[in-house]
Amino acid sequence: MNSWITTLEHWFDGVACTTWPWLRQDEGLTLRLDGEDQDYIRFNGGRVRQATAVRQIGLRLDYQANQRRCSQRLTLSGQLERDKPLVRDCLERLRQESQALPPDPWLVPLQNHGQSHVHHSGALPEVTGLIGELAEQGHDYDFTGLLAQGTLVRANRNSLGQAHWFSAENLFIDYSLYTVNPDGQNKAVKGFYAGSAWDRERYAARWRDNLQALRQLQRPNYTVQPGEYRVYLAPAAVDDLIGMVSWGGCSYQAFREGRSALGKLFEGRARLSPRFTLRENFAPGFCPRFNSLGELPPESLTVVAQGEPGSLLISSRSACEYAVNGNAAEPGGEGLRSPELLPGDLEQSAALQALGTGLYLSNLHYLNWSDVQEARITGMTRYACFRVENGEAVAPIADARFDESLYRLFGSALEALTRQTECCLATDTYGQRSVGGSQIPGALISAFRFTL
Amino acid sequence: MSPPLTPKPAWPDFDIHRALSRLRLEADWVALRHVRESSYHRSVRNGKPDSNRTSHDEGVMIETRIDGQIGYAATCDLSEAGLLHALKRAVALAGVTARFPVCALPEQVRPTTRGQYASPVGQPFDQMTLAGFTDHLLEACRRLTVTDAVINSVAEATLTETRQHYVSSSGADLYQQFSLISHHCGVTARAQGDIQQRSLNGPVARCVQGGLDQIDWESLYADCEQAGAEVMALLAADNCPDTTLDLILAPDQMLLQIHESIGHPLELDRILGDERNYAGWSFVQPGDFGRLQYGSALMNVTFDPGLSHQFAAYGFDDCGQSARREYLIRDGLLVRGLGSLESQHRLGVAGVANFRASGWNRAPIDRMANINLEPGSSSLETMIAATERGIYLQSNRSWSIDDYRNKFQFGCEYARLIEDGRLTRVVKNPNYRGITVPFWHSLKAVGNADERQVFGTPYCGKGEPNQMIRVGHAAPPCLFSQVAVFGGHA
Repeated sequence: MNSWITTLEHWFDGVACTTWPWLRQDEGLTLRLDGEDQDYIRFNGGRVRQATAVRQIGLRLDYQANQRRCSQRLTLSGQLERDKPLVRDCLERLRQESQALPPDPWLVPLQNHGQSHVHHSGALPEVTGLIGELAEQGHDYDFTGLLAQGTLVRANRNSLGQAHWFSAENLFIDYSLYTVNPDGQNKAVKGFYAGSAWDRERYAARWRDNLQALRQLQRPNYTVQPGEYRVYLAPAAVDDLIGMVSWGGCSYQAFREGRSALGKLFEGRARLSPRFTLRENFAPGFCPRFNSLGELPPESLTVVAQGEPGSLLISSRSACEYAVNGNAAEPGGEGLRSPELLPGDLEQSAALQALGTGLYLSNLHYLNWSDVQEARITGMTRYACFRVENGEAVAPIADARFDESLYRLFGSALEALTRQTECCLATDTYGQRSVGGSQIPGALISAFRFTL
Repeated sequence: MSPPLTPKPAWPDFDIHRALSRLRLEADWVALRHVRESSYHRSVRNGKPDSNRTSHDEGVMIETRIDGQIGYAATCDLSEAGLLHALKRAVALAGVTARFPVCALPEQVRPTTRGQYASPVGQPFDQMTLAGFTDHLLEACRRLTVTDAVINSVAEATLTETRQHYVSSSGADLYQQFSLISHHCGVTARAQGDIQQRSLNGPVARCVQGGLDQIDWESLYADCEQAGAEVMALLAADNCPDTTLDLILAPDQMLLQIHESIGHPLELDRILGDERNYAGWSFVQPGDFGRLQYGSALMNVTFDPGLSHQFAAYGFDDCGQSARREYLIRDGLLVRGLGSLESQHRLGVAGVANFRASGWNRAPIDRMANINLEPGSSSLETMIAATERGIYLQSNRSWSIDDYRNKFQFGCEYARLIEDGRLTRVVKNPNYRGITVPFWHSLKAVGNADERQVFGTPYCGKGEPNQMIRVGHAAPPCLFSQVAVFGGHA
């Protein structure tokens, strides 16, 4: 464990030990820590565009008393003596604020959900050296992307003794390699490397694969006319679609509020393919299993089982509101934090042969709902997408817009899923680095509708 | 006695000039951007309190320049030791960047401007109690709930106060204070197996700068009642037809149309390729400035950081450039890009003061601010009267566009058909699609200044690492000819 994490853990101990005696008997408090010590290096054209180091510590106080709740988040310095008065002042303001609010009928009473401590240690390289390596390698290529490297922390304690800790030291390189095809159009492949250490050989192997795909893109474009096509969706493309399913689709609250794309499935008015089984699976350790209340959800929870409705994600707050049993989903969004789409029996190496003639789609872009009630999604193709004829990639395609329902895509049109799955790690860095990831196979689809 | 709506934390003093004096001993050139931001989110749902959360965020971004390259380090530890530690990291990163630079940057990309800016505030946030504000939200929720068919109603608001101070060892000294309001009211109803939603101008589109005087509660209640009535009308409506029609977009959809198909493609850092791995590139080429006829001659688009009360008004961007209004598109011709001093230097084209960071922990990049479609001489009534077969769309619901900003598909909450010069039936699930430049060439009428409405969003995402930033968009209703529209179905 690096020294910053050790120091931060001691600081969090100190904040907690200092705060609990300030509470009155009828008050409950959860302290939620998020922090990171990261380097973010942005590349364009094989050169460094911007390099930023970020050290930040956030402490959220979730307060409840007298059937009321409110919360405040503070950015703190990590210097205990400087931070103590801010925390005390914050607690006092929460106390006053709660008295001005109406009672919250769906308040989840504070409980002690136990203790856990997980640290994923890493052996990260000196960032300046790694920047040099990436720039040297990217110099002869149109390499663009982001290196994010460092430590991140999520922790949670409450005044009843609950204590959870999750920290990780790792890095990712999320990048694109660009080329120009004979039509003068820009074409690109997407690359990704992640690990708790820098493995030069593994990265080089990724590059070799990327460069091979890049050579295939240096051919004239095939233009996709509006209509239906057989497609093979690579795991990254399927992951984008599962991300949409997670955006309200799996939430019990969203279901009750009429904004779940899986509403028809869970009302028995639609079915998905027996090949489609989606679950939350925390086993890979992509993210902390504990949620913001400190609850530990089941290690695995099946949302859709062989096309049939399983369990929606139900937070304790939704369980109170709708008088149902909860499953410790994250309150607020009730989204999948560690989704897994179970694999099928199609060998990935045989995917193009199985596709025959159609389109190979490596990545999708900018998805949104055309009609959420019908689970209809629109979006674009992006990166290395090809026209395939008789099992051979013959031409890159010009980016095309699709508009298709998940009920058809993962229903009657789902011919096969690959036996192999890929780990798609979260790369979001809004505010700070995200945690999470997914395990996703490729999908062979018999009919996929393009519109523009 | 209810506490004030926006209590401030007891932040310790931070003397940025003293900090600069100490750090300038360690590097040839240093700049500090100190940000304190308090954000208060209040929401009620179905007549019950849903969320009351506050964020108090404080930190410093340190910049240093070595051999024409700027290294950045952000820290929440504002002690001398914390700042020195951050400076060392910035120096190390600037040093390695200088070995592999995209472009050497001259000193002029960090002007030595001095000045101040403050949002115009009538009624400060702290002149209302939390209980009083909560009562307003509860009343809004009640007005949304027009019948038993309503299954969800929500009223929420975020009030933000930001203090930002930028100083550099070369003499820049900029202090800016922002007072920001964004709010949203929405209703969902269900009948006969269908579910529809309606909101006040789409997701969190009501965004302004100013004080509480910017919210007219009685008017808002009336709008909530209308939203409730309109969601019931949608439940009784047919799907939008799948056809080609003349299209009138209300200002609350022009917001999205401007944002996605004008704002993003004109960002010079996208044109330079900085965003290719995330948000995407642009169909606009460097040689298009001054040459590309982007749309019809009715199209006039400005970068306007000075429009009072608009969400993204400011005095200076985050590298210290004074902000002023500029035409981006004039009479349909592309004349200027959305690029900061750094991008202008790299690309050699004219830009604007738009180098903005989402917070103290991010380096600035080229962003939209207030991007507005200037009023024309038509009116909504005239446009409708002139339309034989058309459709009038309001309030964004869905948005998607490709990574070069060409092929888009947008959806709205509410639409009415236009037949023989009159508004007729309500239709549900309206969507339309097109390609940016041909679409703007189909612009055939622009509403007048009296019909211009000002909206915005807190949620413009871009950048690696990612940054969410506030933007404003103002426009009157606009008429486009012969656009592909369609409705919802499986």
